[in-house]
Amino acid sequence: MRKIAIYGKGGIGKSTTTQNTVAGLAEMGKKVMVVGCDPKADSTRLLLGGLAQKTVLDTLREEGEDVVFEDIVKPGYGNTSCTESGGPEPGVGCAGRGIITSINMLEQLGAYEEDKALDYAFYDVLGDVVCGGFAMPIRDGKAEEIYIVVSGEMMAMYAANNICKGIVKFAQAGAVRLGGLICNSRLVDNERQMIEELAKKLGTQMIHFVPRDNMVQKAEIHRKTVIEYAPEHPQADEYRTLAKKIDQNQLFVVPTPLEIEELEGLLIEFGILN
Amino acid sequence: MLLRHTTKDIKERKSLTINPAKTCQPVGAMYAALGIHGCLPHSHGSQGCCSYHRSALTRHYKEPIMAATSSFTEGSSVFGGQSNLIQAIDNIFTIYEPEVIAVHSTCLSETIGDDLTQIVEKARDGGKIPEGKHVIFCNTPSYIGSHVTGYSNMVSGMVKLLSKSTGVTNDKINLISGWVEPSDMREVKRMANLMGANFTLFPDTSDVVDAPQTGSYEMYPKGGTTIPDLIASGDNKATLAFGKWATEDAAIKLENKCKVPFEATELPIGVRATDRFIMELSKLAEVGIPEAITAERGRLVDMITDMQQYLHGKRVALFGDPDQLIPLVEFLLDMNMKPVYIVSGTPGKKMHKRLEELLLPTVPEAKFQNGKGADMYLLHQWIKNEGVDLLIGNSYGKYIARDENIPFLRMGFPILDRVGHSYFPTLGYMGGLRILEKILDLIMDKQDLESSEPEFELVM
Repeated sequence: MRKIAIYGKGGIGKSTTTQNTVAGLAEMGKKVMVVGCDPKADSTRLLLGGLAQKTVLDTLREEGEDVVFEDIVKPGYGNTSCTESGGPEPGVGCAGRGIITSINMLEQLGAYEEDKALDYAFYDVLGDVVCGGFAMPIRDGKAEEIYIVVSGEMMAMYAANNICKGIVKFAQAGAVRLGGLICNSRLVDNERQMIEELAKKLGTQMIHFVPRDNMVQKAEIHRKTVIEYAPEHPQADEYRTLAKKIDQNQLFVVPTPLEIEELEGLLIEFGILN
Repeated sequence: MLLRHTTKDIKERKSLTINPAKTCQPVGAMYAALGIHGCLPHSHGSQGCCSYHRSALTRHYKEPIMAATSSFTEGSSVFGGQSNLIQAIDNIFTIYEPEVIAVHSTCLSETIGDDLTQIVEKARDGGKIPEGKHVIFCNTPSYIGSHVTGYSNMVSGMVKLLSKSTGVTNDKINLISGWVEPSDMREVKRMANLMGANFTLFPDTSDVVDAPQTGSYEMYPKGGTTIPDLIASGDNKATLAFGKWATEDAAIKLENKCKVPFEATELPIGVRATDRFIMELSKLAEVGIPEAITAERGRLVDMITDMQQYLHGKRVALFGDPDQLIPLVEFLLDMNMKPVYIVSGTPGKKMHKRLEELLLPTVPEAKFQNGKGADMYLLHQWIKNEGVDLLIGNSYGKYIARDENIPFLRMGFPILDRVGHSYFPTLGYMGGLRILEKILDLIMDKQDLESSEPEFELVM
């Protein structure tokens, strides 16, 4: 089983990209589990057709420690398994601790055991790496591959670089490696070239350039992935390609994060000068 | 040789503390809370914290220390401890009926950011705090400061949440007590009463953690500052805070909140510190100093003079808390002893400055350090390099004393292996006499034990 964590700046499209890619893998016949690591618990909405999920932490709170696997894992599109860690309301408690608790619980309940016959487990992680809890999915023995969703916007690239710093730290002690950058286009000038250059400087690849298309929003309104909602649409093929590229990916590296001046230089070169 | 691995070779340590000379903030907060009459301390965190803090106090006072806990589960640490605390407040007032609950936080509840102000407000809105009852609280993350900080924070919490000003000034002063034994608080009251001062002492743990055996168990013994007295502290004409590390913050808060002017002194340990305390007390309470107090002072000075040959030049190592150590160092200097090594785990640059003032003129060779890196291991290494005649500190010093064959005076917190500290004060002139008596006992016992037969003296 390959365990993959998806990181990236908040609002960049991690959840949408993850679910569409997972739908692509499911279509290929792979058995995939998605673990949402965001207190908002919206990482599996498109696969489940709505926020139908009771989160691991809600269950823990209500049922105490007698949680059974079926309480927290729901079947979604294409025979995927969907689970959400959930977390406290904004402003109280500790969301980071929530991620740690729920991932431990999933392991205890045997979510990744052989009998589940998983090909992939995807962790969809909230925003930037902000505290120890949000790095839980890349601690040793958890996700070994990371993809960072990015766009040509300054802050998204800044966040990607920051996440790479986190990866370096964990890569020194464990098996976690960066698999590539996924560019989720924001229609920024020279976006593709800029992200390709950023990837090169980080020592990795831009694994796929996902063009911007309103079909994604349209499918989201219908609580579906593009692959399910409009399987014939070109955007669905983009996600299928991304799924295939991830499935065949061989390039796993310890990234080399950039100094902030270098990052700004990149923006000037590709963004402002042209 | 229990500490046989301690070497003479002192190396700079950047991130390692060995045998720290301090403990957790909540221990101090819990102790301060016990100085309010009818108070149940409450630890907002996991059960283990509360158990440890209770047992630390129980072992020191040989009395059962009661405290409640929010009993955090894994769920509470994720979703916050609000529901646990509100439930606890409800349960405590229903079952144990204290006058006041004094809540302190723990590392866990601090780190997840629980907001005690908001939670207690919510409990109040929800009608969980009965009419006439009180909930006070303070923040006590142990990764900042030490047990002294926790004590100080709880005393400040009393002022912040209870003291009120009605606009009419009382002819009374506040005495805010630093972290001292119940015997010391009783001694301060005795002295203030001898002087005819009209005062409120808070916190006051006498008759709480040293309660007499009566044959029946009282959950809330008769001692402790009463809530009406604490509320009225805002109307008193002045405040005298003794033990700056533990009380100055509360005195400042009381001045800011209720316009009660204050003076802060060091703990009245030894001759000069007690002199300053008595003078301030006389000035603020507008009372004279009676003959009886002057006589006590005279007795102490007399004993120091009579016993000079046993005290002069004796080298002393000390560890503990700044409020105790500073006046104690001054006292030792007044007796012509040499306090050569001093460590305290409690941080604060002021301590270093004050010790410099005291020590540089007469004991320039003295080594002292507080805060980061100032642990008992370092103290032991200094002793290994050049020995001392006396060690003063809490029970944890017994390992060094045994290995190095040094007479050991137990003073400070915690004292786990001797009794007496609850009942016999070390504050004031009478307290000074007791410290001196103990020091002489230790020094003379050693001389008796180790002197050769021709030098063995009957009259000393």
